[in-house]
Amino acid sequence: MLSIGLGHYLTLAAIIFTIGVVGIFLNRKNVIVILMSIELILLAVNINLVAFSIFINDLSGQIFTLFILTVAAAEAAIGLAIIVVYFRNSDTIRVEEIKNLKG
Amino acid sequence: MIAHSVFFYIFSLIAIISAVMVTVSKNTVHSVFFLILDFISISCLFIMIGAEFLGMIMLIVYVGAVAVLFLFVVMMLNVAEQKGQWFSSRWDGGTHIPVGLLVSLIIFFELIIVIGGWKYKPDLLNSLSINISTEVTNTRSIGNVLYTDYILLFQISGMILLVAMIGAIVLTYRERAGVKRQSYVKQISRERDEGVDLVEAEKNKGVKIDA
Repeated sequence: MLSIGLGHYLTLAAIIFTIGVVGIFLNRKNVIVILMSIELILLAVNINLVAFSIFINDLSGQIFTLFILTVAAAEAAIGLAIIVVYFRNSDTIRVEEIKNLKG
Repeated sequence: MIAHSVFFYIFSLIAIISAVMVTVSKNTVHSVFFLILDFISISCLFIMIGAEFLGMIMLIVYVGAVAVLFLFVVMMLNVAEQKGQWFSSRWDGGTHIPVGLLVSLIIFFELIIVIGGWKYKPDLLNSLSINISTEVTNTRSIGNVLYTDYILLFQISGMILLVAMIGAIVLTYRERAGVKRQSYVKQISRERDEGVDLVEAEKNKGVKIDA
């Protein structure tokens, strides 16, 4: 309990990952919160990679965390651009009113 | 050792609570602020565990760029009117809530089972590619491999950022009618003949204005 090992970090990452998934499932408010939940999920992945990298003494995990950061930033920019365009066209970003695809 | 674990629990508690608040809070601006708090506490954890460079990059990239981008978009779009409509659904009367919670709980328990029951492969420590050396700093050792062994991946990630930038501009650009702007080509290609008009004036006659 008192000495922090790999399992502690993995459990923290699992909890944050699950909170992100819950955010995507339960959200009926707006799409921006869904994008933030995706950011949470990517953050959990980063925690996993860094914890493994430190505890098995290999640097590759930290390098790949850098690339995940890059992709997450690109994804956030594109997603927000799509949201802005959608809001301009239809004046709402409520999740339940975005139903052009009849999904 | 005890201080290390105490700080681990503090930071991870803050991270978990703020992650819950990101999904739960009714105001979207508050969600963004809790997202920032989450990133800050996770980067504190990274610095504690020994990945200083990544902790600082998390602060710079996420708090400095991504979260501010989120804030800009939240304030540009008119989402303030949606306060108090949290998780409520007009269409299915809220039946998605228990299903979503159930699926998420199953995912969580699967993750916990995996964490509880795994083992290292026995020859793992022999097959490592890049060992973390204790002599150089974290930043320097990342730089040593990032610009040599991983140079192709590094450049490809640069290309990804470039494509994302072009995509965002193309998506949000629109031509507006009736906006006056400078035309450089017109300004540069203007010549003396069209700019200056020479007039023969008669002497000693004063100025005549034809009415």
